[in-house]
Amino acid sequence: MVEIFGIPSAALFGQLLIGLINGSFYALLSLGLAVIFGMLNIINFAHGAQYMLGAVAAYLLLQSTGLGYWPALIIAPIVVGAAGILIERFFLQWLYKLDHLYGLLLTFGLALILEGVARHHFGSAGLPYTLPDSLRGGRNLGFMFLPNYRLWVIVASLTVCLGTWFVIERTKFGSYLRAATENPTLVRAFGINVPRMITLTYGFGVALAAFAGVMAAPIYNVSPNMGSELIIVVFAVVVIGGMGSILGAIVTGFGLGVIEGLTKVFFPEASNTVIFVIMALVLLVRPAGLFGRRA
Amino acid sequence: MRKTLGLAALAAALVCGAANAQQINVKIGVLTDMASLYADDTGIGSVAAAKLAAQDFMKDHANFKVDVISADHQNKADIGTQIVNQWIDVEHVDMIADVPNSGVALAVSEVVKQKNKVFVASGPASSDLTGPKCSPNTVHWTYDTWMLANGTGKAIVKNGGDTWFFLTSDYAFGHALERDTMAVVKANGGKVLGAVRHPINTSDFSSFLLQAQASKAKIIGLANAGGDTINAIKQGAEFGIVAGGQKFAGLLIFAPDVAALGLKTAQGLQFTETFYWDLNDGTRAWTKRWDKERNAAGKLPSMNMAGVYAGTLHYLKAVAAIKSAADGKAVVAEMKKLPTDDALFGKGSVRVDGRVLHPAYLFEVKKPEESKYPGDLYHVRATIPANEAFRPLKDGNCPLASG
Repeated sequence: MVEIFGIPSAALFGQLLIGLINGSFYALLSLGLAVIFGMLNIINFAHGAQYMLGAVAAYLLLQSTGLGYWPALIIAPIVVGAAGILIERFFLQWLYKLDHLYGLLLTFGLALILEGVARHHFGSAGLPYTLPDSLRGGRNLGFMFLPNYRLWVIVASLTVCLGTWFVIERTKFGSYLRAATENPTLVRAFGINVPRMITLTYGFGVALAAFAGVMAAPIYNVSPNMGSELIIVVFAVVVIGGMGSILGAIVTGFGLGVIEGLTKVFFPEASNTVIFVIMALVLLVRPAGLFGRRA
Repeated sequence: MRKTLGLAALAAALVCGAANAQQINVKIGVLTDMASLYADDTGIGSVAAAKLAAQDFMKDHANFKVDVISADHQNKADIGTQIVNQWIDVEHVDMIADVPNSGVALAVSEVVKQKNKVFVASGPASSDLTGPKCSPNTVHWTYDTWMLANGTGKAIVKNGGDTWFFLTSDYAFGHALERDTMAVVKANGGKVLGAVRHPINTSDFSSFLLQAQASKAKIIGLANAGGDTINAIKQGAEFGIVAGGQKFAGLLIFAPDVAALGLKTAQGLQFTETFYWDLNDGTRAWTKRWDKERNAAGKLPSMNMAGVYAGTLHYLKAVAAIKSAADGKAVVAEMKKLPTDDALFGKGSVRVDGRVLHPAYLFEVKKPEESKYPGDLYHVRATIPANEAFRPLKDGNCPLASG
């Protein structure tokens, strides 16, 4: 068997694929962050908590109404997204004119509150949530065993990411949205309801986080801390990709998943540090991030 | 004149002090993980257990006033030692209890020794606490890595699980658990094919599981705990680890973890613990009281919480015997003299190195259809007597034992 750096090539392919799958979670989460930052100029620190709420909502739906994974994949993002809209209406809309720091502090506080409440109700050990029967099992690719669920994760994530990119960068609605961030007064003069558009955008970004949360529920431990563990990494992804750049968030999400996956093979102890090392390097060379528009 | 007045006041104070000599105030600090990965295995539940022990003791000892305070060490050794320093210097805490996370516990043990107070370690796992790092001020309750390795490792190797691959949490606890289990596996004729160390609080184990799968080892030993173990087992089910003929050995699993996994995913897992709420009438009655004190529906007490209760009770008995909590070394010496006896661990003893000896049990998680009521999780597969459950004194390299 061919070996690369002492690792059989087959095993390496497996690790690359795994990295790509983990990257799809990063991409999905950083996409929501990038949309919110790009359109609202808000650094949404509550993103991790909203991701956790998505997973918890899936658990609650199963417990209280018996609705399984597939309905939860639609209902949970809508419910959590609606909660996001309330947050935007009641709190965030007053902060747009202020420094980024205020939005960051507000959403950080919200994240602490949401996680604290969840911890109080459910404890921190976690809540059971099993794989949907239709996605159980997997296929043997020869070089690795690929669970069907992971395959689904990668397909769903790619679809959602590319769909969002297309809507924002390539459609008329997207052009309004982008114009509204550049110059809201002018866009309003054309008869477009800018505040409502912004509100819905935040709701959508939050719904994306909740969607990722439901996707994560069957394979990751559903606990109040699940978001805070991930969110720091996701912020690093967004910074590397360039704050607010949608394509940047998607590409770096997948790319860093792969790099992290490879680190887990060659030097596992550093696997939760490697992303931050890359972040520091990128900031040194390209302070606006790899895909950032502002120099 | 002023001097005489002062002397008189001092004398009066001394007389009053002598009159109240019977009154003993003890302050217990529960240092624990309130919000992170070990919070359900310890945390508020441990505080409730310490309060129960204080109540039980004060019922029979009217001259005792026992206060229980608590704090969150956030799994950081610097925060933990800072709290303990402040507790002892400013708040006059006499005993530190719980302290999950071996890294924090080893640091706390040092501080407590310097300040000559008492550390009843029921939360940490590292067997170093009663080994090379043993202290005349520390008593280690509940469990340790040697006992986990010995109980689970031996049983599994004897049942044919003779090749192992380890997923190890990359800090003091994981290293100790991996080392102790490897020794047991090898001593019983098994082979270790490899190990991979992952950072604490890892959410995705797929890469590590793939490496474990590629090793073709029969047993994948999980030398980690809490959320890490849950994630590894959950994703192991997804990657067809068990379906492919490999088995997990959870080296440290608590009842709340099993509840978080759900019986469907966790069924068949074997592991060692020293306490299970449904073990006997004594543990069931205590669990009822604990549940009332904890005041959150559907929670189960873990063995660490049981250890906090039993350890606190035994500590208070020792303080009562020497009538003072001031000298930590003397209290621990007395704890070692008195036999331990409580409803949760039964009769036992504290060894010279600080290790508490009590029985341990090999449990197996029930199938969903075998579980008859909420919290009905385990079969008892074997009882390991106190004298076999823990590391022999001579193997621990504790300076207290040799000197």
